[in-house]
Amino acid sequence: MSGPSKASRIESSVRHGVLIVLALVFTTPFLWLLSTSLKTNEQIVQSSPDWIPRPATLQNFLNAFHTVPLLEYGKNTLIVTLFSVLGALCSNTLVAYGFSRIQWRSREFFFIITLATLMLPFQVTMVPLFIMFSKLHWTNTFLPLIVPCFFGNAFYIFLLRQFFLGIPRELSEAARIEGASELKILWHIILPLARPALFTVALFQFLFSWNDFIGPLIYLNDQSKFTLALGLANMQSAIGLSDFGMIMAAAVVTVLPVILLFVFTQRYFIEGIVQAKVSS
Amino acid sequence: MKPKIGRSIRPELKGLLFVSPWLVGLLWFYLYPFVASLYYSFHNATAFGPGAFIGLRNYELLIRDPLFWKSLANTIYFTAGSLSIGTVLALSLALLLPKNVRGATAYRTIFYLPTVVPFTAVSVIWIWILHPQYGPLNHLLEQLGLEAPGWLSDPTWAMPGLILVSAWSIGNMMVIYLAAMLEIPTELYEAAKLDGASPWQRLIRITIPLLTPVILFNLIVGLIGGFQYFVQPYVMTNGGPADSTLVYSLYLYRNAFQFFRMGYASAMGWVLFLLILAGTVLVLRSTRRWVHYRG
Repeated sequence: MSGPSKASRIESSVRHGVLIVLALVFTTPFLWLLSTSLKTNEQIVQSSPDWIPRPATLQNFLNAFHTVPLLEYGKNTLIVTLFSVLGALCSNTLVAYGFSRIQWRSREFFFIITLATLMLPFQVTMVPLFIMFSKLHWTNTFLPLIVPCFFGNAFYIFLLRQFFLGIPRELSEAARIEGASELKILWHIILPLARPALFTVALFQFLFSWNDFIGPLIYLNDQSKFTLALGLANMQSAIGLSDFGMIMAAAVVTVLPVILLFVFTQRYFIEGIVQAKVSS
Repeated sequence: MKPKIGRSIRPELKGLLFVSPWLVGLLWFYLYPFVASLYYSFHNATAFGPGAFIGLRNYELLIRDPLFWKSLANTIYFTAGSLSIGTVLALSLALLLPKNVRGATAYRTIFYLPTVVPFTAVSVIWIWILHPQYGPLNHLLEQLGLEAPGWLSDPTWAMPGLILVSAWSIGNMMVIYLAAMLEIPTELYEAAKLDGASPWQRLIRITIPLLTPVILFNLIVGLIGGFQYFVQPYVMTNGGPADSTLVYSLYLYRNAFQFFRMGYASAMGWVLFLLILAGTVLVLRSTRRWVHYRG
């Protein structure tokens, strides 16, 4: 009996060996980012790259906050992100409820149109959207980034609808017989059960808004309105290779919040992707 | 009669009422701009409005624009490169990570992490890693005795550089393969083992064929994403050197927001839409030959 168990032990250690090497390769860019952000400029342009910052310094971070309004960028990013999450939660729960818990005639027709918008690239609608928002005098404000979130999104509607369909019909029928309105049923019965799905939608929207680049790039002009993602790109094109330590410090500030968020919530996140994508 | 009508109208109204925010959003942010961009594409539009009607002129100019063709070729180059490398890498990672491997969650988190950070951050990190002189990658290549390319500063190597960067962000693909693999019944493998099938045969005869529907899904998503590829070439190379990384979306963006040729950019947008549609149909058509549907 020692034969197969020995073979499987070898297989398992080879598998772990390969996985550890790949995990190191995938982590290396982050480690290089962190290490560079803590280095002095002299050490950064050394002929043979050194992994350990010697001496380690926070000067790059001080310079970054001093040269660029990073705190302002952070505040802007938070405003856009939080309002977008709020909008996504409010609108998509209502819409998904209408697409799953109420029977009406043209429901499937509208749902198919909804899914079709997933195939529509932003580049197609970008120009008319920009012209429309500038006629409304909404450019250079956060409104074009926030307001659309209050009107639903096909991906989140789909995700929540799938979840709502899985809740037993009898639960709402009982409440309906007792005379509860649909809004009451949504609020008191469906939403408490759908917390994981709502959390997933909130996470997706958070990451989307935090990471969005092309939206802020098109709509925001003043540096005081920039988000972190846009501010970082702007810094790169303005400063470029002349002060890499400072750009890496700003990148750490941009990346750290999403990394922390993801590490603590990754279960919801990955389950959300799987649920939504594979079932479609 | 009356109560019957009441009963049939009420759910209709209730349904529409609940989905009404989205119906407004659908009209306002999708249907209107979708149709308006077709309208603009027949006009000499600027940032201020549609301007004069010029028929198919924008499309004629597009066909004669060498940069249009160049950006299209670059986009196909990028999409083909990143999709093939990404598919192989994501599939391999998923195959290495069945659920019972110790530390599977930790590995999955590590491989997924690059996918959640902003693309602008990915861009600045990799500008630095690919730096020909001070970057760690070329240092490693030199130590291995290999030729160290100029990466983003060399027209031949800039696009391979961007494809390499894209291979870092394959988390979504990997997670979808992982989920699909969990759905393959274990009895299939046990039966194959009893028949004396080697691990390699099990991979080629069972796992891969049963994954083909998901590979198809990832191909279509990747195709749509590839045609919209924008942030990394915008930040890392700004389309250069010598337009070697000028991708379709970047050229469209330039026409719209740097040259303010809104009509021309709208025409590019519609061509993009039709190309994605055609690409998807083409992939779907080929499926009969290689996609295996269960049951």
